[in-house]
Amino acid sequence: MKRAIVIEKIWKVLMYASIALVLFFVVSVIWSVFKRGLPVLSWEMVSSLPGGGFYIGKEGGFLNAIVGSLYIVGGATFLGLLVSIPVVFYLNVYLKPHSKFGSIARLAYDVLFGIPSIVYGAFGFTIMIFFGLRTSLLGGIIVVTLLIIPILIRSMDEVAKTIPQDLLEAGYSLGSTRLETISVVVRQIAPAIATATLLSIGRAIGDAAGVMFTAGFSDSIPTSLTQQTASLPLSVFFQLSAPQLEVQDRAYAAAVVLTAIVLVLSLSGRFIMSRFSRNKI
Amino acid sequence: MAVLTISSLLLVVAMAVGLYLKSVPILQEHSLWDLLTEGEWRPMSNRFGFFPFLMGTLYVSLLALGIAIPISLLMAIYLTEYAHTAVKRYVFPLLDILAGLPSVIYGVWGMLVIVPWVANIVAPSLHRESSGYTVLATGIVLGVTVIPLLVSLFIEIFSNVGREYREAAWSLGATRWQTTKDVILRKTAPGVIAAIVLAASRTLGETIAVIMVCGNLAIVPGSLLDACYPIPALIANNYGEMLSLPLYESALMFAAFILFFVVLVFNLFSRLVLRKMKNK
Repeated sequence: MKRAIVIEKIWKVLMYASIALVLFFVVSVIWSVFKRGLPVLSWEMVSSLPGGGFYIGKEGGFLNAIVGSLYIVGGATFLGLLVSIPVVFYLNVYLKPHSKFGSIARLAYDVLFGIPSIVYGAFGFTIMIFFGLRTSLLGGIIVVTLLIIPILIRSMDEVAKTIPQDLLEAGYSLGSTRLETISVVVRQIAPAIATATLLSIGRAIGDAAGVMFTAGFSDSIPTSLTQQTASLPLSVFFQLSAPQLEVQDRAYAAAVVLTAIVLVLSLSGRFIMSRFSRNKI
Repeated sequence: MAVLTISSLLLVVAMAVGLYLKSVPILQEHSLWDLLTEGEWRPMSNRFGFFPFLMGTLYVSLLALGIAIPISLLMAIYLTEYAHTAVKRYVFPLLDILAGLPSVIYGVWGMLVIVPWVANIVAPSLHRESSGYTVLATGIVLGVTVIPLLVSLFIEIFSNVGREYREAAWSLGATRWQTTKDVILRKTAPGVIAAIVLAASRTLGETIAVIMVCGNLAIVPGSLLDACYPIPALIANNYGEMLSLPLYESALMFAAFILFFVVLVFNLFSRLVLRKMKNK
């Protein structure tokens, strides 16, 4: 008996150690990025475009990457929601709860969720070549849209699945069609739509491998969908591979901006989830 | 709506077909076996050996899993079997943050913390010289990136076990750890394996973080302190010059196809097992 208690204690210590280790990783990642990047971050960097000689350490900033990322993320999130809300609605209202098709569809979205973004990028690239398109903002938006659709669908679907059938039937009994119950469904899953959106924005803004193939890179802010565009992760990646310290400094500064955005997103996601899930039935 | 649903599903098929068609030229020129087992990579002289890249991918993924599995398993057990809700309230946001950080940030962390650690502390203590851009550094960075996924999958699996199993074990005098080891883990073993396979598929496809710390040398790594060159890094590094040579492009698309295929099989397997566990 005593032995069992000693073993219990040992494992418990190991569990504490594992949590301490994870805590250490989180702190270490954020601290190292901020410690290196924050001192070199300046207003000029986030508010100006790369000037002449930017890549050998002359003046300028990475506004092009910030705005490029916003364009890609904004476009992709909008398109993604446009596709995924109807799909979630279809899966949960039009299909029967134990429909075979629904089950296969959910499996497929789970699998798509697991496909790495570099494969999306390579696939998007072949498609673009096939249609004679060049790397552009549009290409980036399309690939990132494809990348986040499975996340949007599956995370909204998890919540939509829990909508009681009675609620829909109450709607039908009042004479509403299936399509009209969409307002009930959307209201029920509103917090899930919000968190799914934040989740996919986080994934979209951090994606580098997909946009590398399809959006290219550029020193200016794109004025049309057919122009190439920069993005924050790629701006970090490309500038870090430069030998000049000044250029690397800017990469670290861009990393701080990216980390800060992602931190805000993930914390507000949790906040929304805990705050608004009370109104659900 | 049905059209939207079906067309988004066809994406899987479209990817498979698209990448396959692109890799046909290289498969006509070289046999599949040669491509996978040859060690020489010189696209300009028509030598396409994927062996070093496959081995690089294998080594870093195994190392990453070796690091991530014990940590995640212990953490998930603690959170489901031991911890109070108050603890969970502080730990879950940590996992959220870890899960949400972009790949490139992990890469930056790897370059700032892990690579110097390997070069200045690990290598000298083994009397070796190393730049730090190694299998070891890549494995650690990759391992940390999959911890949140593993923990959340494990927690979901463990919470699915009914409380009556635990109570039965406790009433027989089992300690919490004995209950965990002999009841929970035994009962959830298929799910745990499925979760690990899913995490493995995640490590296979990680790109930017890997490029930044792996060293990008096309060799079969002989030790943890050698550089490596996993497949995603190969694709991402060379997409620019691949258009110069049709066969080169085909080779890289073939690499993407292998990646897609392996990840697809892993995902199908683990999702089916996990689903079965959940419905039981």
